[in-house]
Amino acid sequence: MTKRVGMEVSVAIAEAVKLADADVVAVYPITPQTHIVEHLAELVVSGELDAEYITVESEHSAMSACLGSAAAGARTYTATASQGLELMQETLYVASGMRLPIVMTVANRAVSAPLSIWGDHSDVMTVRDTGWIQIFNENGQEVVDNTICAFRIAENRNVLLPVMVHMDGFHLSHVIEPILLSDEEQVRAFLPVNNYPLPLHPSKPVAMGDFAPPFIYTEAKWAHEQALRNSKKVILEVWDAFAKEFGRQYKPVETYCAEGAKTLLFTMGSFSETAMTSIDKMRADGLDIGLVKLRLWRPFPFEELRDVVKGVDTLIVLDRALSTGGPGGPVCSEIRSAFYNLNPRPQIVSFVGGLGGRDITIEGFESIVRSGMEIAKSGSDKEFQIFGVRE
Amino acid sequence: MPKPDNELTWKDLEIGCIVTNPGSAAVYRTGDWRSQRPEYDFSRCIKCGVCQMNCPEDSVKKNELGYYEADLYHCKGCGICSRECPVWVISMKEES
Repeated sequence: MTKRVGMEVSVAIAEAVKLADADVVAVYPITPQTHIVEHLAELVVSGELDAEYITVESEHSAMSACLGSAAAGARTYTATASQGLELMQETLYVASGMRLPIVMTVANRAVSAPLSIWGDHSDVMTVRDTGWIQIFNENGQEVVDNTICAFRIAENRNVLLPVMVHMDGFHLSHVIEPILLSDEEQVRAFLPVNNYPLPLHPSKPVAMGDFAPPFIYTEAKWAHEQALRNSKKVILEVWDAFAKEFGRQYKPVETYCAEGAKTLLFTMGSFSETAMTSIDKMRADGLDIGLVKLRLWRPFPFEELRDVVKGVDTLIVLDRALSTGGPGGPVCSEIRSAFYNLNPRPQIVSFVGGLGGRDITIEGFESIVRSGMEIAKSGSDKEFQIFGVRE
Repeated sequence: MPKPDNELTWKDLEIGCIVTNPGSAAVYRTGDWRSQRPEYDFSRCIKCGVCQMNCPEDSVKKNELGYYEADLYHCKGCGICSRECPVWVISMKEES
């Protein structure tokens, strides 16, 4: 029976991992960590989840333990945030390069210094090119649903790639929300048994993560690139199957009041919720504005995004990370690049805001939109605008 | 007849470049990295095997006369055997 519960989102994610029947959870249990792993520890101790729970001495070791576990064919889960994700960095490339289906929740948070424990997308942007599938979420329900979908995507024979499920630190990870927790039998039926094709086993030894001299490294990288690009097909299939089974549909690019709008605001993550309320207010005031929300960060949904901006004059992109000394918003620079060859192409205005846990209010989004429209009209000599900074 | 390694395309690779015949590194010729090769004066050799124990690449083997000798297909010429030999059997010579 599906239950509707009021639950901290991190705790609900742990419940989703239990529903997915993970075999191995390898985590660094100390800060920067979320309640996900605390609750998973409780579930394992109480016997509700039959899994190996490995506590390790760092996030680098957490991901390393996950590599071994996934290579042996176990359904493998971990979670981290901010500095922890940074410390994992080199092993993230190993997980994807070795094509190991690991699922990881990342509570997106700022990176020190100065020390900040609050949310933004700085940590995510440093792992952009690690070759993982990366999914963004707006609210607790979406994180729970996509945690379940992530296992089915990652372990699919035609994918075999690790998946990061992103949620905004604190704005999602530490809030209590109403969550629909699905029936265990229904989730287990939705998730086939993990059947990794060439697992480590004494009866059939294989070597993983081996040496690739220059004559083969390019081919190996291209195979990874193809796998990540082609994973989109399976991601869409899994989201459709999820919608059929559980009634909630996810798409790589989602929109709100975007039909026919000449100006679109672009957001990622939990800020999309406030942005929607702001859009309602602006439309009531007669502004021709809609919202586009990116769910699938990798593989990047070029076609879907290009479809959404057909007929759009202005696209105002909000980034919650700063590419210091560079083009400003890392997401916006990808959008600019993706649309460069479009003819006609919308004016693109880049904003950076919501850094290190700073909220953007309904009025804040309105101010971003109004000044974005102004800049689109009159032009600006700046690569990007920073929102809300005190001069 | 399998393709030579340098003709493999990306489609020929196993998932994640997994190697399904472990130990295949033995066919990889590391000997051509060598800039110096070990040369032996077996008249002094006491067959103690210290050179074999210290070889980081396991490329020192006993020959048919019981002397220890590097397999030049794999020996990278690091010179550790020459340094460790207690009776100065091994000298390192520049490869031409």
